[in-house]
Amino acid sequence: MVNTKVTLCGTELKNPIIPASGTYGFGYEFADIYDINVLGSLSFKGTTLEPRFGNPTPRIAECAEGMLNAVGLQNPGVDKVIAEELPKLKACFEGPIMANVSGFSLDQYRETVRRLDAEKQIAWFEINVSCPNVHGGGMSFGTDPKAAASVTAEVRKVTDKPIIMKLTPNVTDIVSIAKACEEAGADGISMINTLLGMVIDLKTKKPVLANKMGGFSGPAIKPVAVRMIYQVYEAVKIPIVGMGGVSNAEDVIELMLAGATAVQVGAANLREPFACKRIIEDLPKAMKKYGITNLQDIIGGAH
Amino acid sequence: MKQSIFTVKENTRLTDTVLRMVLAGDTSAITATGQFVNVLLEGKYLRRPISVCDWAEGELTLIYKVVGGGTEQMSKMQAGEELDILSGLGNGYNTAKCGERPLLIGGGVGVPPLYALCKKLIAEGKDPHVILGFNTAQEVFLKQDFEALGVKVTVATADGSMGVKGFVTDAMKELDYDYFFTCGPEPMFKAIEKIAKTSGQYSFEERMGCGFGACMGCSCKTKYGNKRICKEGPVMEREEIIW
Repeated sequence: MVNTKVTLCGTELKNPIIPASGTYGFGYEFADIYDINVLGSLSFKGTTLEPRFGNPTPRIAECAEGMLNAVGLQNPGVDKVIAEELPKLKACFEGPIMANVSGFSLDQYRETVRRLDAEKQIAWFEINVSCPNVHGGGMSFGTDPKAAASVTAEVRKVTDKPIIMKLTPNVTDIVSIAKACEEAGADGISMINTLLGMVIDLKTKKPVLANKMGGFSGPAIKPVAVRMIYQVYEAVKIPIVGMGGVSNAEDVIELMLAGATAVQVGAANLREPFACKRIIEDLPKAMKKYGITNLQDIIGGAH
Repeated sequence: MKQSIFTVKENTRLTDTVLRMVLAGDTSAITATGQFVNVLLEGKYLRRPISVCDWAEGELTLIYKVVGGGTEQMSKMQAGEELDILSGLGNGYNTAKCGERPLLIGGGVGVPPLYALCKKLIAEGKDPHVILGFNTAQEVFLKQDFEALGVKVTVATADGSMGVKGFVTDAMKELDYDYFFTCGPEPMFKAIEKIAKTSGQYSFEERMGCGFGACMGCSCKTKYGNKRICKEGPVMEREEIIW
């Protein structure tokens, strides 16, 4: 028997698999095709204080072994999320929920977290300071250590739940940003958000995305994620939620060896709706193959 | 929605760039005409959304145009090869809203989903009239298939090489109808919107990530709120569309 349980900031997950925010809605689209209670947790669609439509379409482009998106944080706003989306999610998922929150000012981050804080099933806040698809917020907080620290400290004021800061790879030194978040009171780091990219259509000779640039994800980015998780693991004491191109159980083990305590699955959900379920089912087999009994024991094993 | 493996039974060229692929597989998730499937292709990260032309128990018919690398790859597939397909996607046409004499207007590769719709309307005792719009006579496909259903078919070609010279809207002008269903390029939709005399339903296209409502990649604004082309669409009612 192998043990797939991991503990993330004091909450136990039956396995480390968490669908990444923005690729899984509020879970119920997937609950139509399989029991999503197999998941360790799920990170819901990035929520902001006010409703957002997001960017114009096309918002999606394809590339080799991956895709770009420029959705731009479309969501119905925190009040509707609480009133309409979370009841539907709770009806199909009993496990701990990761609440993904985005903002355009410190006040917005704080107020969104404050309103969600009463939700008992939310076990962690994942604070997105890394969305590459919005202007004047999102990633601009995550590219500067001081700004990332200020968001962490602001959110800390209104919740006792663990705060996991979701970082962008679109920086020169991700380690300094992770350390700044840790010093400001973050309980964990989640990484990596998408890489800023562009695809040009040769027929129209223009960028495919209406937003021109978008977030690049999929298997092609995995080595970047592994490298950055490895670097941050060496520099911080708080746990890391790893993500970036994960499509199978071997990828999960690789990110955990680099230093991830839990692992998110993103773009793979869009290509293959059963991706998380398949990875969870394959995980014990992959653990046996590589002589792993306790998944928790391999975290950071590559160091 | 269902994810399952389909086997190619036939893959025949209808015109220079349009092919008919008949597949064997589980079609139980398909519940309405105008729905689509999302096809996974070797070496392509995202699936290709393709409208359902027709289906029966165990058999799916897709008519698709070669527009890029993915559909090029599909065009080379032979009988016996397999495809991973998500089926039963989208809302589809709602025939409960139409009257006795609906008009079906297809433009180019927008024609295929109207075929199963036409069969359904006939089965419901309606008397559909079909307008098929193409650029040239060489591009025309499915005309005989519609005629074999026993409905009135008007072809419009932009260069006048077959049927009415001009666009589908030139063919529409003289006709008497009490509802319309359409699928085709957006410039055609805008032309229809200007002259249509009744209510109707439009089937839209957009670049999609997932095809089943998870990624919000294909959202649009409507008078009834934000909708996802892949989930609450692709078919929208005339009254809700913001042009």
